[in-house]
Amino acid sequence: MKKLINQEDKIVDEMLDGMVRAYPQFIRRVEGFDVIVRAGGSKGKVALVTGGGSGHEPAHGGYVGKGMLDGAVAGAVFTSPTPDQVYEAIKEADGGRGVLLIIKNYTGDVMNFEMAADMARDDGIEVEQVITADDVAVENSTWTIGRRGIAGTIFVHKIAGACAEAGRDLAEVKRVAGKVIENTRSMGMALDACTLPALGKPSFELAGDEVEIGIGIHGEPGVCREKITPVNAIVDKLLGKILAEGIYNSGDEVAVLVNGMGATPLMELFVANRHLNEALDSKRIKVYRTMVGNYMTSLDMAGFSITLLKLDEELKTYLDAPCSTPALVQA
Amino acid sequence: MSARVYECLKYIGEKIIENREYLTNLDREIGDADHGVNMARGYTAVIEKADTDNPDIGGILKKAGMTLLSTVGGASGPLYGTAYMEAAKVLAGKESITEEDFGKALESAIAGIQKRGKSVKGEKTMLDALIPAFDAYTQRIAEGGGLTDGLECACKAAEEGVEYTKTIAATKGRASYLGERSIGHQDPGATSAMITLKAIRDFIKG
Repeated sequence: MKKLINQEDKIVDEMLDGMVRAYPQFIRRVEGFDVIVRAGGSKGKVALVTGGGSGHEPAHGGYVGKGMLDGAVAGAVFTSPTPDQVYEAIKEADGGRGVLLIIKNYTGDVMNFEMAADMARDDGIEVEQVITADDVAVENSTWTIGRRGIAGTIFVHKIAGACAEAGRDLAEVKRVAGKVIENTRSMGMALDACTLPALGKPSFELAGDEVEIGIGIHGEPGVCREKITPVNAIVDKLLGKILAEGIYNSGDEVAVLVNGMGATPLMELFVANRHLNEALDSKRIKVYRTMVGNYMTSLDMAGFSITLLKLDEELKTYLDAPCSTPALVQA
Repeated sequence: MSARVYECLKYIGEKIIENREYLTNLDREIGDADHGVNMARGYTAVIEKADTDNPDIGGILKKAGMTLLSTVGGASGPLYGTAYMEAAKVLAGKESITEEDFGKALESAIAGIQKRGKSVKGEKTMLDALIPAFDAYTQRIAEGGGLTDGLECACKAAEEGVEYTKTIAATKGRASYLGERSIGHQDPGATSAMITLKAIRDFIKG
């Protein structure tokens, strides 16, 4: 394993320090905690707090700033943060109008965030939560823990963030976040697994001509393994699974996110996006806005995911609203 | 006696740390390859921060639970943290443990895990080791066995439980995303639960 690190158990700490030094105009670190909050605080508005394991950079600290998040908690690599850290983020981000937790649907994340929410409620802070579960690779069933939250969560950060920035109350911000979640679906694939610093070897093995379809963002294996094909066919496969949900239909307007997993050249993401747009055109689904880049990564995994968000006028307004964060600046 | 409880926690920690790579490799097959790393980090902190002078066994276990909760992360942190804290409630104020106390503490720990994880037996989790272990323990004690006999039976049942996890698909935790593909693999959480019980048995046997 070759990595640009000093000590494996210091990675998160050193990364957060480096991030804050790069963007002091947007963010600061809560001393003694793995928590990033807005440099200028969040007084007088509903606060959005999220978090998760590290290794998904720029998620989530990169989306803290005006128009998006108020606090982000970084756990160990691919490991949900602990309740005491989340509790600190809630207290620090709270601007007096309540806190909305944006939780990706993983057993650990949900447990740790819910325990922290209970602690904060005991202090009299109003806390609500939404759970993102956009990954269609995982079958939804009442007998399982449900779908994973992956890159589509970025749309929740952006749109609920704009809603909170506009001064709306907690119930309204939660409603809008819920609407984004209902209308967002994603699916990803990998060309190669990622290497966890603590482990020193790839999280799963793929032969030279194999790809893994339906991967998550934690190096966990996907739903099936197959021979590699040209990217257009891969895009068709991922998109086909998303469209089979039946929520994106002819005449609809969508936002599109083509998300790199960390080690995918932008060149390849653009090639994928070209065909994705063609395919949506042919189905008369109108692309209102496209985002291509590394928005929610999985360390050095090679691969990408596709996310669609069905838009209405309300969501378009919030999607277009300005934001200034380390990872997303919009005038 | 309470000093012995601390020594026992330390012994559990050493066994978990010894099995860091093993647990992580099991998790690599069906999860996200961090179970051993996270548990080892947690027990390192438990050993460092233990309340060694506290005569109250409940107090020692509560501290251990809170330490795991704030250092392990993932799903295992809240689950093992809750298990110790629930066991601590049963043992609060006690300066020694009878075989009956141990059974009640284990029962309470399991109930805590079930509630926190919203899970039952047969979902390929730590409960598949712990619930059979508790049943075997209780039965042996009812037959007139002592703590050591009970723990022998508990460990044997936990071992069988771990084997059983290889035959079923996960419906809870990160392995559940694999569905049927998780069959054939041993559950890391059930394995760490078995290692914990075996460490307690071996420590008591001396």
